Amino acid sequence: MMSPELIIVGVLSSTIRLATPYLYAAIGETFGQRSGVLNLGVDGQMLIGAFAAFYIAFTTGNLWLGVLAAVIVGALMGLAMAFVSVNLQAEQGISGIGFYLFGLGMSELLFKMLLGTVETVKGFPDLEIPFLSDIPYIGEIFFQHNIMVYGAFLLVPIAWFIFNKTTLGLKIRSVGENPEAADSLGVSVARVRYFTIILAGILSGVAGASMSIALLNVFQQNMTSGLGFIAVALVYFGAWRAFGVLAGALLFSFVNSLQLWMQVLNIPISTELAIMLPYILTIVVLVLTVSKVRPPSALTKPFDRGD
Amino acid sequence: MRLKFDSVIDALLPVFATFAALGVGAIMLMALQVSPVEAYSALWEGAFGSKNAIAETLVKATPLLLVGLGICIAFRANVINIGAEGQMIIGGLMATQVGLVFTDLPGWVVIIMAIFAGFLGGAIWGGIPGALKAYFGVNEILSTVMMNAIAVQIMNFMLRGPMMDPAQLEKASKIPQTARLAEAFRLPRLVPTRLHLGFVFAIALAVLVYVLLWRTTLGYRIRAVGQNPHASRYGGIRVRRRIVTALLLSGAFAGIAGAIQVYGVNYRMITDGSSTGFTGGAGFNGIVAALFGQLHPIGTIPASIFFGALLVGANKMQRVVQIPAALITALNGLVVIFVVSSELWRRRRQKQRLLVDEGGEPPPSESPKTEKGASASEEVMA
Amino acid sequence: MKKLLFVLVILALALTACGGAPAEEAPAEEAPATAEMFKVAVIMPSSITDLAFSQSMYDALLAIQEEMGGEEAMEIVYSEGMFVVDDAAAAIRDYATEGYDLVIAHGSQYGSSLQEIAPDFPETSFAWGTTLNTFSEEGITNVFAYEADSQEGGYVNGVIAASLSEAGVIGVVGPIEAGDASLYVKGFVAGAEATNPDVTVNVNWIGSFSDVALASEAANTHVAAGADVLTGTAQMVVGAVGVAEENGVLWFGTQSSQTSLAPDIVVANQVYDWTVALDEMITLIGEGTYGGTAYTITLENGGIVMDYNSAYDLPEDVKAAADAAVEGIIDGSIVIPVE
Repeated sequence: MMSPELIIVGVLSSTIRLATPYLYAAIGETFGQRSGVLNLGVDGQMLIGAFAAFYIAFTTGNLWLGVLAAVIVGALMGLAMAFVSVNLQAEQGISGIGFYLFGLGMSELLFKMLLGTVETVKGFPDLEIPFLSDIPYIGEIFFQHNIMVYGAFLLVPIAWFIFNKTTLGLKIRSVGENPEAADSLGVSVARVRYFTIILAGILSGVAGASMSIALLNVFQQNMTSGLGFIAVALVYFGAWRAFGVLAGALLFSFVNSLQLWMQVLNIPISTELAIMLPYILTIVVLVLTVSKVRPPSALTKPFDRGD
Repeated sequence: MRLKFDSVIDALLPVFATFAALGVGAIMLMALQVSPVEAYSALWEGAFGSKNAIAETLVKATPLLLVGLGICIAFRANVINIGAEGQMIIGGLMATQVGLVFTDLPGWVVIIMAIFAGFLGGAIWGGIPGALKAYFGVNEILSTVMMNAIAVQIMNFMLRGPMMDPAQLEKASKIPQTARLAEAFRLPRLVPTRLHLGFVFAIALAVLVYVLLWRTTLGYRIRAVGQNPHASRYGGIRVRRRIVTALLLSGAFAGIAGAIQVYGVNYRMITDGSSTGFTGGAGFNGIVAALFGQLHPIGTIPASIFFGALLVGANKMQRVVQIPAALITALNGLVVIFVVSSELWRRRRQKQRLLVDEGGEPPPSESPKTEKGASASEEVMA
Repeated sequence: MKKLLFVLVILALALTACGGAPAEEAPAEEAPATAEMFKVAVIMPSSITDLAFSQSMYDALLAIQEEMGGEEAMEIVYSEGMFVVDDAAAAIRDYATEGYDLVIAHGSQYGSSLQEIAPDFPETSFAWGTTLNTFSEEGITNVFAYEADSQEGGYVNGVIAASLSEAGVIGVVGPIEAGDASLYVKGFVAGAEATNPDVTVNVNWIGSFSDVALASEAANTHVAAGADVLTGTAQMVVGAVGVAEENGVLWFGTQSSQTSLAPDIVVANQVYDWTVALDEMITLIGEGTYGGTAYTITLENGGIVMDYNSAYDLPEDVKAAADAAVEGIIDGSIVIPVE
């Protein structure tokens, strides 16, 4: 039979890979929500980003141009979302669903027009970090992934730093908690929200790119399969803190890779039960660790200066 | 007189917005070398062009309306329920089971029991996130998203396991579906089309939900909790219990939608492994319909028909001009974005009217969906 | 109340005013179909380019169109992505109303809809896959049925896979354990175990036809568990093929050819060639028979084709074993247990 070490290493390195797109998307969403904007269109933004990255990487052969493409289309989607939710003050839940549908349809349409069939690219190769990747077990679990994976995990402390240690973070939080007060202190609510929503769009786009040109190296219609909605849920799990989101993404991905292994090891439980485990456990853990953190006060509320 | 004219403009705003979205769609169609005139006339034809088309539109609107009614209740209590997909599935499963077990009972008895089973299934699946929110502080967006995924797996498990069609069990192909409901158990059809009694039932429920929300103490409490939980608590309302009630009822209506889909349209449950295969996305589209209906049960009726028409017509358009179905999805997204954005002008005009009429202060700029929607509708209904 | 009623009326009026005029032009444009032209409509759950189930049908229709003399002789229209059953029902009814000669409902979930619609259009022929039920017991005479014995190609794939696996561990990625996927996997496991009784075949069902990410990670899991040969079925496995390529392990495809995804490591594909069944249906329709026959595509009737990747250097003895398996299945000496 298989050695336990092998299984543990397998489960954990799998966890790291699975968590990557969730991290990009959920950290982006955290920026948006902290400033008071709920973006339910994450999945659509991811799909557009995934296609753009794939198509550019496929046609130019340059993966970094692919990432750049995902950044650009993500920013454009974010810009549109910002205009709709900041200037037009549209109901955010509903416009988010609109952006989701648009991204879902548009990415498939472009795929059909420009590619026509499923193709593959040679994605970002695994990058072994010198010395660290040689550490037994730890190296294999954490330090033998591609660069997009490292990027996702680096994003977490960066986001934490921005939120807690910079003026920008303070502005974002105050706009999300009390836009009137922020406004009276001379903070432009609109500008801060534009910034966070566009950033969220960019990170969603990059989340898509991490799938299409780093982890899966294909593009297929609806390839995210609702992953963006899970990412939104993880922001609530993480109670709007970067490390909380990290914990949520890791937990969800860990249980998911565990269930894949359970099937491989022929542990006799129904496959459906195995597949639901990550969803059930995410809720259970949240129940057990009762967090009394409340959402940003101005979440989903448009701000009208009244002029 | 002036009020009437204003209402016309307000009512037309979503229509204008839809045309603007279709205008953008026209550019996309031309990029695909398809004539927008041909495409959009097909859309119209598919939605309202014949008796059959209108029937299909109303069939499509039925689950949207039922889900939308539940959404009205939840959102009024300031609880966001995006778990209608899962609630429809569990409601549908439980309702189907009734029809498969009680084969000896008269048709109408089974139908009533099935609708109740759907109600119950949806109520359980909505009540759990409700209780989790009220007593454990688990955010309902998170729990309802997760519960959707869990419901799909339960459906897959039941349909290829305990509830599988006995005829399929013998075959190698093993299609994951239940047996077909007996003919006597199917909802009667209204005209020789697919339009079934479920649509009328949904309309009746819309009136019922209106009465519930505005003519009963429970409704008052639910709305009070939504508007100001702290004040409600001081006012003696048990906020936690109301949150559970709201999500439970919200789920129950989605569960009924699931039951009606089975008894009125599909006559069996079958899974393609996703929730949309069964719900047709009604769990999400119902949210959109409810919000377009100003979170008012009666307003949700035309909103559901509008969206039903759009979905049915778009499918027809796809068939006639042979464009990828993806364009339709993108177009639907655009319509949602444009219409929801057009709300700004309606609110502005409302605000202006209040200023002119009362010469007073403009209302405070709060979330438009709950507070102002509620008061505006109350004025209308009074 | 009044205001809302008003909204309703205005909405209806506006739509009538704007939509009414152009709608009248529509019928005029439908004229050009000539009498001899054979018109086929197909409704598919996923995309015509899914490299799997839906594409196998679309490719077959294109081949028949070619055979019959191109677009002048045969018209093909399709509705793809019809995973919502009642949308598909609307599409089926619509195509029948428009006078298509053959309306193909390419998904087992569409059966109930066909059962209901077919009697209303006795002059239209319908086809339902994948199943063997033509509803003749219910007195319906205009429905054909077709299915694929996917366990057969699965078995052959299994034979080759077990012969090529040095580690003796093989991984399978599937969507839901039901229908065509379940048949394929049963055949595959049977073939592998018949070739090497000591082989371990690990099967992973991911519970979705669309979750590319989970399918890929399932493939990663198999590789980490020591598998050096992988296979999988349904459209979400495209990412798993990439994982196989990245790790230099072999891949076996089914439904359509997946060689183009990873020419270095795809060994063989079971390809569905529905033309066998479609040809016969079209002939029967020409003779005035609109249904009642069920077709199974098999290795024997050429509907299931073993497609070998010419770029992969398959050892001769393994190819011989595969050919022997094909022979055995055809002559009945190999019986694949599918319960």
